Amino acid sequence: MGLLDYFISSRSKGSANLAKERLQILVAHDRAARDQPSYLPQLQQEILAVIRKYVDVDLSAVSVNYEQEDSHEVLELNIVLPDTAQNQA
Amino acid sequence: MARIIVITSGKGGVGKTTTSAALAMGLAQQGKRTVVIDFDVGLRNLDLIMGCERRVVYDFINVINGEANLNQALIRDKRCDHLYVLPASQTRDKDALTKEGVDRVLTELSEGYDFIVCDSPAGIEHGANMAMYFADDAVVVTNPEVSSVRDSDRMLGILSSRSRRAENGEEPISEYLLLTRYDPERVANGEMLSVDDVQEILSLKLLGVVPESKAVLNASNAGVPVILDRESDAGQAYNDMVSRYLGEDVPHRFLNPEKKGFLSRLFKG
Repeated sequence: MGLLDYFISSRSKGSANLAKERLQILVAHDRAARDQPSYLPQLQQEILAVIRKYVDVDLSAVSVNYEQEDSHEVLELNIVLPDTAQNQA
Repeated sequence: MARIIVITSGKGGVGKTTTSAALAMGLAQQGKRTVVIDFDVGLRNLDLIMGCERRVVYDFINVINGEANLNQALIRDKRCDHLYVLPASQTRDKDALTKEGVDRVLTELSEGYDFIVCDSPAGIEHGANMAMYFADDAVVVTNPEVSSVRDSDRMLGILSSRSRRAENGEEPISEYLLLTRYDPERVANGEMLSVDDVQEILSLKLLGVVPESKAVLNASNAGVPVILDRESDAGQAYNDMVSRYLGEDVPHRFLNPEKKGFLSRLFKG
């Protein structure tokens, strides 16, 4: 069994690599969220509510992105309107 | 003025109390007047790890509420003259841990001690916040495992924003990484995050690496801080950690698997 383990473990290397890759993405995401102003989720909700008065869009159709650079901050809003928007108006 | 050190992690079960007991004992053995405080109100365990559970009369909350004074509540360690334990309350509710009360106790302790070690509860609730709020230094205890590393990163965010130092615009808390339950063999096999992996993600100053060790459970069974087990790898690793904390340049040990003979590998040693 010891011998078998020896060969198997040398072949199936890499769950640690997988852990590291997942963590790097997750931590970067967590950190970005940490620096965001706390009103951002509510802002997203309210913008969505306004849009919904006119067009039927899903929550996932609105993305709010916040980036901070040295001298300025960028608040980016991306709204995907459905194809049928004209029919509903 | 005492230096206030918080032992924190976010995640539970990674070794905060083991580390608090080891660090406090190690500092006291180097002649530093040290007190270690259990902030885990309702789930106190530091007294068990320190082996003084039967000597608890008054606790931290009694002192905060003025029902006992510090001298009545502090338990002197029988193995080391410079070490005192302030146990947490077992029964009362966490809100008894008021910021003003904690501040008052820490200020009073500051006059008579060199180091105050705060054993934080897991989580990011009130008790954990109180343990870290007044800290000068923070030891983030982390296991080489995804949820622990992630929670440690979250704690770093909280340490840098919700501490007294942050609120007063003072120099930020000095943050250190302590990696525990490290299994060099699994790291060599690519099955466990390595020290370098964890450091790359958290970018903290490495205070020590404590290997996964049977000595830790043996020590807690007996109520003896594992640092007193000089024969054990974990005890030695904690000793190195204390020296490093006090500014000595000690190389890291126990990072590589023990060399095994061909036969023991063949027959699963």
